Amino acid sequence: MRPTEPTSADSLELAAPGQTLESVSRDISAIPLQRPHPRFWWLGFAVSFLGMMVLFASLAWILIKGVGVWGINIPVAWGFAIINFVWWIGIGHAGTFISAILLLLHQEWRTSINRFTEAMTLFAVACAGIYPLMHLGRPQFFFWLLPYPDTMGLWPQFRSPLVWDVFAVSTYATVSLVFWYVGLLPDLATMRDRAEGLGRRRIYGLMSLGWRGDGAHWHHYRKLYILLAGLAAPLVVSVHSIVGMDFAIAILPGWHSAIFPPYFVAGAIFSGFSMVLTLIIPLRAVYGLQGMVTARHLDLMAKVMMAMGWIVAYGYFGEFFTAWRSGVIFDRYVALNRVVGPYAPYFWALMACNIAAPQFLWSKRLRQNPISLWVVAFCVNVGMWIERFVIVITSLHRDFMPSAWGMYHATFWDYSTFLGTIGLFASLLFLFIRFLPMISMTEMRALVTAKEGKS
Amino acid sequence: MKPAPYGIMAAFRTEESYLAALRAVELAGFRRVETFTPYDVEAEEEVLRRRATPMGWIMLAAALVGGGGAFLMQWYAARAYGIDVGGRPVDSWPAFVPVTFELTVLTAALTGVAALMLLCGLPRLDHPVFSDRRFRRASQDRFFICIRADGPGFDGEGARAALVRAAPESIEEVRA
Repeated sequence: MRPTEPTSADSLELAAPGQTLESVSRDISAIPLQRPHPRFWWLGFAVSFLGMMVLFASLAWILIKGVGVWGINIPVAWGFAIINFVWWIGIGHAGTFISAILLLLHQEWRTSINRFTEAMTLFAVACAGIYPLMHLGRPQFFFWLLPYPDTMGLWPQFRSPLVWDVFAVSTYATVSLVFWYVGLLPDLATMRDRAEGLGRRRIYGLMSLGWRGDGAHWHHYRKLYILLAGLAAPLVVSVHSIVGMDFAIAILPGWHSAIFPPYFVAGAIFSGFSMVLTLIIPLRAVYGLQGMVTARHLDLMAKVMMAMGWIVAYGYFGEFFTAWRSGVIFDRYVALNRVVGPYAPYFWALMACNIAAPQFLWSKRLRQNPISLWVVAFCVNVGMWIERFVIVITSLHRDFMPSAWGMYHATFWDYSTFLGTIGLFASLLFLFIRFLPMISMTEMRALVTAKEGKS
Repeated sequence: MKPAPYGIMAAFRTEESYLAALRAVELAGFRRVETFTPYDVEAEEEVLRRRATPMGWIMLAAALVGGGGAFLMQWYAARAYGIDVGGRPVDSWPAFVPVTFELTVLTAALTGVAALMLLCGLPRLDHPVFSDRRFRRASQDRFFICIRADGPGFDGEGARAALVRAAPESIEEVRA
């Protein structure tokens, strides 16, 4: 047994007994290949698609009228756009964390959830990217943020975290996509070989790039995959650190804090895991995947979520402690304003969702009960959104001079854009489940063989 | 005269029987042996004594070029359009670290995938082994060994005999 392997006192398994190479390939590929597709898929997709249309309508209206249709103004110029951006990017962190970091740590339990969480990452990043782009106000000039041969000899300001953000998020999106696709190649070959009908075989065949499982190819592939994981691991940390620095480098009380980068990274993984649980618990139930995403997986994810929750709680404590310890009245006021100010209900909801709710998971019974675990994970999702609300809004709305204070009220278009990105996210997920294997068949095959060999 | 085949290919049901057969074929002296497996069987690379993949070096070179290029770009930009902030140095290198890091990762990752395609000769629309009916299971639950007909000292009967001794599930000739 490797030292990194958790000593599993409990007899919970990572794959149900009786799984074979054949059954793994058959069961997982059956989900995208079955005809007709189950009714709940159509129902779910229809609702999500409607949400996506709401997004398109909202974006069209913003492009016609300008970002003024959102509730943003001075002093609160960031509003929902940045809250949602950070929320979505945070959700996107679980995918790479599970795929890359747990791969490097030889945590075998990642195998049956990594594909799905990587897809979730991609879609969450796609949703996140919309916000800063639209928030620019003149999205047609987005390329001003990139280094391009400008006739006036102008360059982006490379000392600005906002420019770092452009590089971090676009790199993250690209590398996540590449990592996901490379992992998908052998599975696309399986899909090609299992699909019925020439058309579908051709499409999967083209997507698999002609992969044939050649030993010489695996030889290069293995090295590439592990190196991509090695690159993605620090990338995850860098992306949300840079998002944290968007805030921390400003001089605003409540933002200007050295704890932000690590605290944001922990928050991102916290929210990412909670989103994975929120999605995978219903999915494994409706598609009958309990043999592959087992109770042990849920238990381990719940534990990671709890651990991250405590790091986030430490971040909250750190913010208050430094506000008090610094002796700066502006910092102290922001802290006080969060707890008892006009947005205090948000703060207390945040405490309830992010600190109180995960404590139920100390109980093994609640942790292994999918329903209670789902409720807690959902609370954390809400809590992480509120956390970004508290950070963005309460810091901006009352900064230094009372004469410059103001209140922030979200408008209909704020909510519709948010709802719309949820629709986009869900639509993409439904399409992913519909057309691609949501569990890595290749890795499951290796896992199943290794298990047989041991027993 | 019958056209020369692509090779002789045998299918195995388990990883163990496949590896045992591979060792036997290797000992029998066949040099052009191809394997097709539904997942990455690491032990195979020792049996066939594959040379180390250059992937690591390729990606390292790409990372250095990407990272170095990113840093130089920022350094140049800072000088070409200098902003004097209270007499601080124009080329403030610590602020260039994040973009340098991101572009290092980006270049290495994209180059790595391009290198995989080049080293494996992919994408490829067709390949002789796809004409074998059994081959659809190579991506699912069968392990294949193919002795290429264009290898040195290949004789069809000898290859067939070597594979038969390893007790495969089936054995067939692959058309070129």
